[in-house]
Amino acid sequence: MHDPLFHYCLFLADSALILGHRNSEWCGHGPVLEQDIALTNIALDLIGQARNLYQYAASIQGGDATEDTLAYLRDERAYKNCLLVELPNGHWGQTVLRQFFFSTYQYYLFQQLINSTDVQLAAIAEKSLKEVTYHVRWSSEWVIRLGDGTEESKQKMEEAVDNLWSYTGELFVPAAYETPGFGVDLNVVQMQWQQKVAAILDEATLALSQQGWMQKGGKEGTHTEHLGYILAEMQSLQRTYPGARW
Amino acid sequence: MVNEATIWKLFENIFDPEVPVLSILDLGIVREVHVKSKQEVEVVITPTYSGCPAMDVIGMSIRMALLQEGFTQVQVKQVLSPAWTTDWMSESGKQKLKAYGIAPPNHKQLVCTPDAFQEEEAVQCPHCGSYHTQLVSRFGSTACKALYQCNDCQEPFDYFKCH
Repeated sequence: MHDPLFHYCLFLADSALILGHRNSEWCGHGPVLEQDIALTNIALDLIGQARNLYQYAASIQGGDATEDTLAYLRDERAYKNCLLVELPNGHWGQTVLRQFFFSTYQYYLFQQLINSTDVQLAAIAEKSLKEVTYHVRWSSEWVIRLGDGTEESKQKMEEAVDNLWSYTGELFVPAAYETPGFGVDLNVVQMQWQQKVAAILDEATLALSQQGWMQKGGKEGTHTEHLGYILAEMQSLQRTYPGARW
Repeated sequence: MVNEATIWKLFENIFDPEVPVLSILDLGIVREVHVKSKQEVEVVITPTYSGCPAMDVIGMSIRMALLQEGFTQVQVKQVLSPAWTTDWMSESGKQKLKAYGIAPPNHKQLVCTPDAFQEEEAVQCPHCGSYHTQLVSRFGSTACKALYQCNDCQEPFDYFKCH
């Protein structure tokens, strides 16, 4: 399958699914009930967005492909999610900072994608954008609260910025299948993302990271060691009982 | 032959499994009904939220109801654009929500923006009618609801948020 649109859908879907999966690990472990529910709601939105994208990718691939075969029967090297979403959750502050980085990226990306000449991608972006707006707002409020919080919470947020920063660059470097653009200018997304992130970190009294070197590879299928563990857990049922259904 | 008007009427009795006082017409998720022949019918619906688990159940309920009416080929198609909004909820649906103890959505102009700590809309308590209420969390028991509490009667309640 050489259609760039197919791979682009998988990249968007895989990123949403893996972050949805990571967030779902917080289910029953959130610091307070309301925030536990908030993060699992966000997980549900992301998995819903992934389903729409996988269904579209499956229709492009044709044959026996379905949303399930794409999610459950591809291995690590075929997964195209960005590295940021597969990193372990770390503490609550790191989880919400990662959500803020990713949701802000999705927000500006989808704002352009709703005008894509590809009608179905535009429709998925239009639907998702409304949900992502809540995610940006929720996560940025938490980044501010914790950054501008206690001495301990501030220190933890500073560490989180350092831990995650080098995984943000990959979002703005187009993979080979992204070159058609699909109506998105990644440079614009990057500029808007940087402005928003700078504004929120400033309000959170957190310094921007000075790290210049950036990780890469996830979008092309070269992952950290963490993705294999996620897939082993997520796919175990379909791998053990092929074709199992509810 | 069962006509389209009859089918729309039928949908008044198919309810959202998560908010069982609302029919799928109250929710505003049925977009089109096309009777193609005596056997074949197509229904176009639009999801409320991308990950709403009720959509699969609703699709199945529509299918079952139409099979019972004698159709043998029932297609339930989902479209995403234009994206669903709470503006499409019926007035009677909003009244039913309130009577059920869920605050109905305010007007769409008050929909969520990405700005942090923005001014909250005034949401009326469905129990005592007070506007002296506070947001507890923008995410509630289902994707479509936020958690509120009334500062007068002290009761917590769900708000069907603008979307």
